[in-house]
Amino acid sequence: MKRRKFDLAATPGKAAVGVDDRFAVATPLRKLLNKVFPDHWSFLLGEIALFSFVVLLLTGVFLTFFFEPAMTEVVYDGSYAPLQGTPMSAAYASSLDISFDVRGGLVMRQMHHWAALLFMAAIVVHMLRVFFTGAFRKPRETNWIIGSLLFWVGFLAGFTGYSLPDDGLSGTGLRIASAIMLSIPVIGSWVTSSVFGGEFPGTIIISRFFIAHVLLIPGLLVALISVHLGLVFKQKHTQWPGPGRTNNNVVGERMFPRYALKQGGFFMVVFGVIALMGGLFQINPIWLFGPYEAWVVSAASQPDWYVMFLDGSTRLMPAWEIPIPIGDGYVIPPLFWPTVVLPGILVGLSTMYPFLEARHLKDRNSHNLLERPRDAPARTAVGAMAVSFYIVLTLSGANDVIADKFQISLNAMTWAGRIGLLVVPPLAYYVTYRLCLGLQQHDREVLAHGVETGIIRRMPDGRFVEVHQPLSASNGHADGHGQLDYVGWVVPKKMNRLGALGPAIRGFFYPIEKPVEAPVSPGHPPVEARPEREEIGSGESRR
Amino acid sequence: MSTHTEHQASQGPEPLDVNDPKLTRFDIVREGARRDDIEIVHYEPQVLPGTKAERRLTRVVAGFFLITGLASTAFLAIYIWWPWQYEAGRGGDKFYTPLLGFTLGVALLAVGFGILTWGKKLLPKEVSIQDRHEGQVDSEGRTITGQTMLYMADELGVKRRPLLGISLLAGLAPVAAVAAAPLVGGLISQPHKNNQMFTTGFAAAEGGQRIRLVREDGRPIRPADISSGGQLTVFPGIDHGVSNRHADSPTLLIHLRDSDAQESRRANEKVGHGDYMWGNYAAFSKICTHAGCPASLYEQQTNRLLCPCHQSQFLITDNARPVFGPASRRLPQLPIEVDSEGFFVAKSDYTETVGPDFWERP
Repeated sequence: MKRRKFDLAATPGKAAVGVDDRFAVATPLRKLLNKVFPDHWSFLLGEIALFSFVVLLLTGVFLTFFFEPAMTEVVYDGSYAPLQGTPMSAAYASSLDISFDVRGGLVMRQMHHWAALLFMAAIVVHMLRVFFTGAFRKPRETNWIIGSLLFWVGFLAGFTGYSLPDDGLSGTGLRIASAIMLSIPVIGSWVTSSVFGGEFPGTIIISRFFIAHVLLIPGLLVALISVHLGLVFKQKHTQWPGPGRTNNNVVGERMFPRYALKQGGFFMVVFGVIALMGGLFQINPIWLFGPYEAWVVSAASQPDWYVMFLDGSTRLMPAWEIPIPIGDGYVIPPLFWPTVVLPGILVGLSTMYPFLEARHLKDRNSHNLLERPRDAPARTAVGAMAVSFYIVLTLSGANDVIADKFQISLNAMTWAGRIGLLVVPPLAYYVTYRLCLGLQQHDREVLAHGVETGIIRRMPDGRFVEVHQPLSASNGHADGHGQLDYVGWVVPKKMNRLGALGPAIRGFFYPIEKPVEAPVSPGHPPVEARPEREEIGSGESRR
Repeated sequence: MSTHTEHQASQGPEPLDVNDPKLTRFDIVREGARRDDIEIVHYEPQVLPGTKAERRLTRVVAGFFLITGLASTAFLAIYIWWPWQYEAGRGGDKFYTPLLGFTLGVALLAVGFGILTWGKKLLPKEVSIQDRHEGQVDSEGRTITGQTMLYMADELGVKRRPLLGISLLAGLAPVAAVAAAPLVGGLISQPHKNNQMFTTGFAAAEGGQRIRLVREDGRPIRPADISSGGQLTVFPGIDHGVSNRHADSPTLLIHLRDSDAQESRRANEKVGHGDYMWGNYAAFSKICTHAGCPASLYEQQTNRLLCPCHQSQFLITDNARPVFGPASRRLPQLPIEVDSEGFFVAKSDYTETVGPDFWERP
């Protein structure tokens, strides 16, 4: 029998054929490789959240190898000398061990915490992008709802996570959480004692929070994130208006190779930034706080930033207790409104917003083109209102620190917050609305009269006028101006954006003097247009 | 190829014969894209092969990858050889975590920038347009799926055989409850066991033995231990009294100055607490009635007690009435006296509920 020669070069091809024989993946794979993604920097904000989540999973798994989720009382004998001999919970002792007795444990712990903060921050910024550009409109309402839920589930993940070390600061946070549960009318005391397994703090809460933090909540997050991404994939990404871009197409790059490479590189950058922060910036130094003791707290005890708005709302709430004189008498504590009712309203309003807006505008169409914030003044103003509301609450969450650092009376800070919460949002609405209209008007002016050139001309009769560079050729109008319609995208407002001066060509350290000649590759481009397609227009509709 | 174009104008795209040996690889890629309703309208290399620019960019990317290699090696070397165990003072171990983070960060950033440069500068720029098929409702598909589902419902015959539906509901509803029962039943916990929400560690022991006020280290307190205007956190002198098992019991024992003490006593008498103070000493719960933090910042000059969590302020000389902030209820006062041995004891437990407010508190 003749021995066949082994052909190394043909191996990958053969293997590929073998795979396709079994799984028939060639065509689906091509579709995946070819999928077109529109490109804009603002589309990357959600990716930061996704990548932070990956870092959270990686570092979190590491931490579970060393953390002991138990409230058993032990006496610390680790290497951190100032706490040696102190009685504390096993959870706190093992958190100290991660920080001091596990090699490289502290950098992992700090990376985990920073990644959590970045995760929440990226979610918020991504949400603002989606809101202000109208990307939540039909057909993407479901994804907006999932995104809002991701914020709240992330909030829970964060809270359960920073409660785990059972240090002085997180124990105080837990105490407040138990008081919040207690404040719920009718069932409050039952909820609290069921969650804590008896009276606060009990002996089981850390184990319960642990399983919630490492299994239940991450499972929910993974599920929500998968659906979120799946829907983005299925519904295709929104895009900005522009040349050739319509509601019915996606203009961008195919997924492979360029888009995927950029995503991979971006992931590494996010990962790298988290590593730098985890190493260089100290966060949550639990060894300074000591174990949790119910009678110890220090001033300026602040939660993580995404919880601060609730802390602020709690501080601003007036002491309005509602007594209910039935039978022995009942009471609704003031704590109930800012910590249970307010988040409830916020969840409801934010998730329902797409439907509220569509109903208000009687808009049933699908929108795949984004709107510039200025083009939807009412929405932008509502968004500004929400943001200012959030900022007043967050600042109030730190009002004792602000009062201390700026030598302001603490009570004055509280009153400023109370009044600000009512006054600032409407003001923000009005100012934003006017700003949007002003920006719109300027766009229309440039389209009608052209770009300001800075050239002043003296007329024969002595008047001085500024010469405007029209954006289009004269169209037989008496004033010599052409008229352009606004197409929902940036209107050039400087001469060099029109090409009159030519943009400076940037190099890495020094400007490259002459533009590179338009390259022509031997193989492919210039690409011939598909024969039966109509020519791609500029996107500007001329009259 | 020319024959294809003629047809396409009238009949839409006709698939290219991808086995045509004359086709370049790019032709096949473009054909694949077209089959996915994607038109590559612009495809332009950013650097030409063999140019100076290409060589420069290649060096940049390679440089980034080499930095990654260096930084990773440095990370490993530091991880293995740098002293990392905690020592008091300013040892080299304080740099262990920053160095690890720095080297890891640099390694990851460099690989990221390398990939980004490769993708953004060395790969051709392209503009592709993919059809969304927006607004093309597949009404036939909807009809078929809808009818299929209705057909399945018909086949099940719930309409004709209503008993099936009713028994299904009646049978399955309890099953759902069965799934929930162990969870709810296991977790639920009676909040008023041993009247725990209304009692603290100061409740008199069996036999009416009154409970001493003790310090953090368990030693009892004599009146002379606190100077005028001073205050001390005290605990019930029982087993585990100074621990989180009695998280509601921490109490602030305050030695008021004469004038403040008189004012305080008058206020006490108004609410029928005339005998709660002992001399110029008064004891109030340290657990804030708002959210349960320890209200621990005592301002001697104004006799105000401030809770650092949400800034509720309580006026000690007026029965610890809340005067500012979100708290709505005064801090409960502990009736105290001095026993025959000269130590502070609680005359009884708190007469008002300690800690954050809840529905059935009154």
